[in-house]
Amino acid sequence: MFSETKPWMRNTIYAWTAAVVVFIYIPIVVIIMASFVKSRFFRLPVRAWETKWYEEALTANLMHQLHLTSFYIAGSVAILSVILGFFGALAFARYEWKGRHLYQKLLMVPIFFPQAVLGLALLLWFTFLGIIPTWHTAIIAHLVWIAPIVTLVISIQVYGYDTAQEEAAFDLGANRFQVLREVTLPALAPGLLSGALFAFLLSWVNFSLSTYTTGADNTVTEWLYAKMIVGYTPLVPALGALSVYGSIIILVVGYLVYRARARSKAASS
Amino acid sequence: MTTRVPASPFRLSAGAKCAIPLGLLFLVAFVAPLSIVLGFSFLPERTFGFTGELTLENYEHFFTEGYYGTFLWTFGLAFAATCCCLVISYPVAYGLARVFGGWAAIITLIFVFPIFVSENLRLVGWTLVLLKGGGVLAYTINMLTGFETGTLLYGPGSILLGLTYVYLPFMIFPMTLGISMVPKEQVEAASDLGANRLQIWREVELPIAMPGILIGVLLTFVLAVGAIAEAKILGGQSIVPIAHSIQHEFTYAQNWPLGSAISVLAIVLVGIMVFFVLSRVDLDRLLGGR
Repeated sequence: MFSETKPWMRNTIYAWTAAVVVFIYIPIVVIIMASFVKSRFFRLPVRAWETKWYEEALTANLMHQLHLTSFYIAGSVAILSVILGFFGALAFARYEWKGRHLYQKLLMVPIFFPQAVLGLALLLWFTFLGIIPTWHTAIIAHLVWIAPIVTLVISIQVYGYDTAQEEAAFDLGANRFQVLREVTLPALAPGLLSGALFAFLLSWVNFSLSTYTTGADNTVTEWLYAKMIVGYTPLVPALGALSVYGSIIILVVGYLVYRARARSKAASS
Repeated sequence: MTTRVPASPFRLSAGAKCAIPLGLLFLVAFVAPLSIVLGFSFLPERTFGFTGELTLENYEHFFTEGYYGTFLWTFGLAFAATCCCLVISYPVAYGLARVFGGWAAIITLIFVFPIFVSENLRLVGWTLVLLKGGGVLAYTINMLTGFETGTLLYGPGSILLGLTYVYLPFMIFPMTLGISMVPKEQVEAASDLGANRLQIWREVELPIAMPGILIGVLLTFVLAVGAIAEAKILGGQSIVPIAHSIQHEFTYAQNWPLGSAISVLAIVLVGIMVFFVLSRVDLDRLLGGR
């Protein structure tokens, strides 16, 4: 702690941060409130509460279809971007090679690129090639933006990775594949896992790319958007609240796995 | 760090080999589509293949048909949102890097979580807050003070709120990374040498934290330029963002060349900024602490 951080400053920072947290959670709390309202529109004061919209959100066929599409896209993006990101991170952070600095900068370009413009350029590209956009093409679009981010996430792990372990394994007669399986992958596992988690969630909530590249297929976020523009239904907050609970579960499980790993590591060493 | 030396000069180094998969993806799904867009932007109106004379008329239309208004609004709102995020984030990032100590991990998690709730959903939440009359905000104000209030909804103000809200985390995290790079000893040394709080901040802390802050500014700004949902859900189409006018040309108007020209101009403007900022940032230091 800094000696210069005076008590009044610390208190101001705490209060400010608390205010920002409130600001960030206002709409999420309101969505959850709105999901329990009986009437068609959410208006204060609320006269009656109920859970029928949840039942509808859980049973409607369309809802299943939306979630499946989002899940296929996010799952594929998670797997593919971890594979791409693993090699990408080795090139980014591990090996000292001629083009590395240029490569590092080029990798940042898709991240710092207006997503909607990228989505539209891809739409034009697919149309030009005669490919009809479906959820498959959305995977490509998501990868362009998400694979570099996953590469950065894994790179942070690679920076802290001691390559002497690999050298030792090679000296002991292991071949390249064995070294990869027994040494490199286990050492980088936390980075790969958090990369996959990031990729899945970023893809799951993405809208700017999906909206132009899924064609006739619809993801959850696209449906939410369409309903907000053309016709609000109470299914919107119900579905939204469900997705909030889902994200909470994923993050908590992820956090617990991370904790358990850290603990077993501490115990074994 | 040890590196295997390639056996012959014609073989690719291990690093270059590892860069190939991502490189291929970029070539097929980033470089190629952008080249097509660039190519179309020089073709006559309503062409759908690479035939016809090269022309600059699309760029002329951009200026004569008022598309620059779209640009002014989009870039202006993105700039304003970036400034808001900058001011709101600084104390939070400072706290995360310096003050919160053991609580920082939990507080970080609290800020990370909303990113994983669909942006559209959170914007819908804001419309419910901002609705006139029965909205949460108007109702609360009415309860507390008895005043009937108007609404921010469906105007530039609500779009600015939406952009600031959605992209705030993208400012907070790089900024925290930047501020935590400031070595404690250096601040103490400056203090011992008689520098006051403002001088330390301006001469020591800010320059060292700058790469992180710049990355945050860039990320927020670029994401805000490419945003569409804020303008539609909160802005009620009162303002047409760049992405929307490109979409219009690519789909309803079936005018690929004009849409391409608008895309190219947007990319060039953003690209200049990205290049300017990234040339000032050392990624090895920021991510790996080297």
